[in-house]
Amino acid sequence: MAEKQIDFDIPVDGSDLLESVQESVRACMQCGTCSGSCANSFAMDFTPRHLWRLAQLGETDEIFNSKTFYLCSACYYCTLRCPRGLKLTEAMSALKRLATARGIKRHRQSSKFYEIFIKTVERYGRVREMEFINRYFFSLKDPLLPLEFVSLGFNLMKKRKIPFQLPILKPVRDQNGKVKYFEGRFERLFRKVEELEAR
Amino acid sequence: MNYIYYPGCSLEATALEYNLSTQATMGALGAELTELKDWTCCGASAAEATSYLLSMVLAARNLALAEKMDSDADIMIPCSACYLNLRKVEDHVKQDKKLLDKINEALKEEGLEYKGGVRVRHLVDVLVNDFDPESIEPLVKNKLTGLRVATYYGCQALRPYVIYDDPEQPRSLEPLLLAVGAKVHPWEMGAKCCGAALMTTKKDVALELTGTILKAAQGADCIVTICPMCEMNLEAFQESISKTRGEDLRIPVLYLPQLIGLALGLSSEEIKLEMNLAMTDAFKTKIAG
Ligand code: SF4
Ligand code: SF4
Repeated sequence: MAEKQIDFDIPVDGSDLLESVQESVRACMQCGTCSGSCANSFAMDFTPRHLWRLAQLGETDEIFNSKTFYLCSACYYCTLRCPRGLKLTEAMSALKRLATARGIKRHRQSSKFYEIFIKTVERYGRVREMEFINRYFFSLKDPLLPLEFVSLGFNLMKKRKIPFQLPILKPVRDQNGKVKYFEGRFERLFRKVEELEAR
Repeated sequence: MNYIYYPGCSLEATALEYNLSTQATMGALGAELTELKDWTCCGASAAEATSYLLSMVLAARNLALAEKMDSDADIMIPCSACYLNLRKVEDHVKQDKKLLDKINEALKEEGLEYKGGVRVRHLVDVLVNDFDPESIEPLVKNKLTGLRVATYYGCQALRPYVIYDDPEQPRSLEPLLLAVGAKVHPWEMGAKCCGAALMTTKKDVALELTGTILKAAQGADCIVTICPMCEMNLEAFQESISKTRGEDLRIPVLYLPQLIGLALGLSSEEIKLEMNLAMTDAFKTKIAG
């Protein structure tokens, strides 16, 4: 099958992000194909079509009060089918980034998930799944939430799926070669990316 | 055939059986896999939700490593999320030279440079395009006669990059399954979403999606998946889904290379069948022939 390209990212971060989301859905003709294709629209407060209308109109508050974009599971159906060829999945991701950056409280449960995940990557270079899940639920301070995941954890342990791994951390030494502290695997890389993004 | 092999984080832990069965089965088919040295996380869905550039850099680091090993290599990836993340970089830097420069400025911190060389391929793409079902048939030692398989492709191996299959009605695996003697369970769920990371952040929504998929799979002997996230979502919550829906929706869920490996005569120990969470005795008896 010939390769078809239907995906580009919206490579903008920071304050002008919403503008770029707005720009990316400017050609939306409100046909509703995206909503009809979205398996999660039943749980969304605004359907995808409605969200793109709000974006066109610049209704920032309504957009960030909505939980629609955090209910996007990146299945790429809408992107595949949109008759205008809009990069909708990417626009959803862009909204997640923006909500995280703004630290909007009602999205804490979702934004924490991504933040802690990426912190684990920064520290170890790879994700240690169970440690990440633990930290995530701990951060939410909701003792009831993780119950089913605890039983899943036991199940996985029984199946010997949780490997015992020592963290891959780089020792930082003083002139005498004595270890001062341990640096996360990707600390420098992450700082560099932040610096590049700020430019 | 030679491939650079990128397992990704899940395949070191919850999806260990996917990792080991991929290596065993590809070996039995005569492919040579060389694991990418010093590979790191592709960024998963989290990097993109945090920073676009970071998502590009984390994935590109692995491509740069692969390039160092062999700039003309195919890099084979079993996890659909890892596959898409690395595939995106390959594509985006072709469209945007400035992005490539930025990525490389960041990668200097790691002493690496990415030039855009290696080809990113999903395990399924490799299996259905580099191996001819007719050449696999003679290798079958344990024909899976009568086994009815619901093939689940999920999302990110099919979309947005439409490369080896129909992104809405995928069928690329069928000739392979027929070659090993299995039957294909007819259903409409092959390309539907399992809920992915929503299983952690918005659980009730994801359970709704997986419940619908499990329901449609009834009548099949097993579901076959090609992604660790799909596998986990489909197999780990069957009991509570059955309870909520008031019907028994339990069904074994296997990774594709586990099933193919079985047919090629690998033992259930070699393909790590004991690690699957929703295995049943009835299924084990059936495949023992
Ligand atoms: S499918 Fe595309 S054009 Fe139609 S409503 Fe959705 S975004 Fe707009
Ligand atoms: S990519 Fe997101 S918004 Fe689009 S159809 Fe899938 S879940 Fe819905």
